[in-house]
Amino acid sequence: MSNEPRENIHGSTDPQTKTREARTGPGLDNRFNSKLREAFGSSPFILTKFDKFMNWVRGSSMFMLQFGIACCSIEMMHTYAVKHDLDRFGSGVPRASPRQADVMIVPGTIVSKFAPRMKRVYDQMPEPKFVVNMGSCAISGGPFQEGYNVIKGAEEVIPVDIHVPGCPPRPEALVYGVVKLQERIANGESSPVTVKPYELEQFGDLERDELVEKLADDIDEDTLVMRYNWADSP
Amino acid sequence: MSLEKHSADVGVTEDGVDYDELEALLGERVIDRETHLNAEGFVVRPDEVEGTLELLREEAGFDHLSMVTAQDYPDRYESIYHLTKYDDRTQEVSVVVPTDPENPTSESAASVYKTAEWHEREAYDLVGVDYENHPDLRRILLPETWQGHPLSSDYDQDKPQLVTLDEHVNPLAESSKDSESDTMFLNIGPHHPATHGVLHVKAVLDGEQVADVEPDIGYLHRCEEQMAQQGTYRHQIMPYPDRWDYSSAGLLNEWAYARVAEDLNDIEVPEYAQIVRTMGAELCRIAAHMLALGTFCLDIYGDFTAIFMYAMRDREKVQNILEDLTGQRMMFNYFRLGGVVWDLPEPREEFFAKIRDFIDDLPETLEEYHDLITGNEIFQTRTINTGVLEPEVAKQYGCTGPVARGSGVDYDLRRDDPYGYYDELDWDVVTEDGCDNFARLLVRMREVEESAKIISQCVDLLEDWPEDERNIQSNVPRTLKPDPDTEVYRAVEGAKGELGIYIRSDGTDKPGRFKIRSPCFNNLHSLEAMAEGEYVPDLVAALGSLDVILGEVDR
Ligand code: SF4
Repeated sequence: MSNEPRENIHGSTDPQTKTREARTGPGLDNRFNSKLREAFGSSPFILTKFDKFMNWVRGSSMFMLQFGIACCSIEMMHTYAVKHDLDRFGSGVPRASPRQADVMIVPGTIVSKFAPRMKRVYDQMPEPKFVVNMGSCAISGGPFQEGYNVIKGAEEVIPVDIHVPGCPPRPEALVYGVVKLQERIANGESSPVTVKPYELEQFGDLERDELVEKLADDIDEDTLVMRYNWADSP
Repeated sequence: MSLEKHSADVGVTEDGVDYDELEALLGERVIDRETHLNAEGFVVRPDEVEGTLELLREEAGFDHLSMVTAQDYPDRYESIYHLTKYDDRTQEVSVVVPTDPENPTSESAASVYKTAEWHEREAYDLVGVDYENHPDLRRILLPETWQGHPLSSDYDQDKPQLVTLDEHVNPLAESSKDSESDTMFLNIGPHHPATHGVLHVKAVLDGEQVADVEPDIGYLHRCEEQMAQQGTYRHQIMPYPDRWDYSSAGLLNEWAYARVAEDLNDIEVPEYAQIVRTMGAELCRIAAHMLALGTFCLDIYGDFTAIFMYAMRDREKVQNILEDLTGQRMMFNYFRLGGVVWDLPEPREEFFAKIRDFIDDLPETLEEYHDLITGNEIFQTRTINTGVLEPEVAKQYGCTGPVARGSGVDYDLRRDDPYGYYDELDWDVVTEDGCDNFARLLVRMREVEESAKIISQCVDLLEDWPEDERNIQSNVPRTLKPDPDTEVYRAVEGAKGELGIYIRSDGTDKPGRFKIRSPCFNNLHSLEAMAEGEYVPDLVAALGSLDVILGEVDR
């Protein structure tokens, strides 16, 4: 009754300082038990190499960067969505921030204005990080290879591990590419990270050629720039 | 829409435009007359642009500037203003402004048509024409530091270029220095989940409210016009339109090219092929609107939620049908000049049954969407009366498609400038008067119903079509070489609005100039009118309701 003294319905005021063991009893919490564990005996442990274990962990929980560039990203969305459901393979939750992601799928055409920004996003991802090229554009410039403004593939800017060809690749193809990447990571294989032709550099560090001289008045010494040598591009 | 309909009917006749009367109206300003395949062109002096356009808008009612095309000839630079009317799309006129090749300067049209602002910036960026009195003439698609104008004839594509990655500065910072209010500069994009691709929105906030917004585009400028100018008419251009609006609106876009190239070369399309085209195009419109719906809700609810998955589920169904029809899920490349590439898949009954199933399920599906979306109170609060775009403003910005129709502008090229099989079928143009984010979504949802109507009529027709009359393509010469200096501008109703193409032929088998009028480009321009004074989440909602596809904005 509400007119009865409060004490009557009050429990213990002891602080909650019980240890886990006191709360759940000795051994593992029952909810974590499994048939396999029972078969191993009272407190089982397994032996493996640390690297192998870590690679397995890395390959089994990949966090994708939510990154859409062009047409290919529509098929990439289908890969995440119902029917194809990349999540089944342990790599389907796209993260909006590069700092929470370790795989970047590059789904589309990279043009001169975007490449420095893409490089920055890539740089912001924590190591170890991996890149999947999705579609002909990300591989080579694709149908736009001859354009005055189009970078001939993401590899001109960032290192890439897996290429998935197609224009656009079907969701099944992308799933295959991602699973291959997971397999390789779990096996401890990696692609070499090579130095790329287009780097972000400080304007002041560039060689003083005609173009640099011309822009010297407009651009500050320590502004970051990317210099495209179109004639040398494949 | 008869806001101030004074005497805006000079030159209007029963069957088209009386160009002589227009010429009389413009008087001395006209120095020459040109005939383009779609309309007459009046040549005016570069310092008469503003006056000419103002007369045409005020007195003759040409209130829709579809596009500005710039190009260079050996002896001159030229800008063409393609004008038409929201009330009667079939009335068209062009204003041609030649300028001197050494110092290409002409008067800006930005004071008459707001939309000219972006179009002229693009013309300056890619071709290099200078527009006097333009409020803000700088590059729009290419980086600020770019050297040269890539679509002018003296451009060297092999020269190195520099692109900077520096901080953006608050454009209002100075003006608000001595006032009480503090503004904050907020970058959204180019890598951001709410920008629908690679768009950079520079927003200046005054407290919580948006004080100024400027979309910074060009992060997906893939040189589509150059690509088209390098391809031959017959086969090499058709794959590109699929990639302008890649929300699976491919066939609609292919139609834009097919229509303009068929007009240019006098190619007939068999009736059967027209029906197949119409059916395919409307399937694409459903796919495109489903994506718009899914991503819009993604913007409002902020995660890959159920609605997004529902929309993707229905897109999968449409994509399956389209895959049966064309062989591809997205980049169909199905239209050919004079028809389509192959007939419907065999067995036909199975294909028709698949479409019928989809159409039959659609009412129930849409009912689900209405439960999930339009009936949701939170959704309504977020979208009703936010991102308001008044009809007159929409016209100033040259908005078309669901964006214009959501503001009550009754403009649809399928009805107003009939092509394909649309005028033989029974369907309606959808408009809503809300002028807000909600209205634009509603228009898209109701358009899906209309598309379904069109498709089922097409299926009926195709089912009964006699077997020996299934003519999918007319005879088209192996090489197409239209007469030199033929010019034409033609448009179709794409998923986002008026998708037009201007071609000038130079007598070879490739176009001399190929200019694309993308609806998204104009629609995105209107963001500044919709978002100012709103809160940031409403800015995101407004952007989502515009349904821009950056591939089409940047081309
Ligand atoms: S590869 Fe094809 S589908 Fe992918 S972005 Fe490039 S053009 Fe688009």
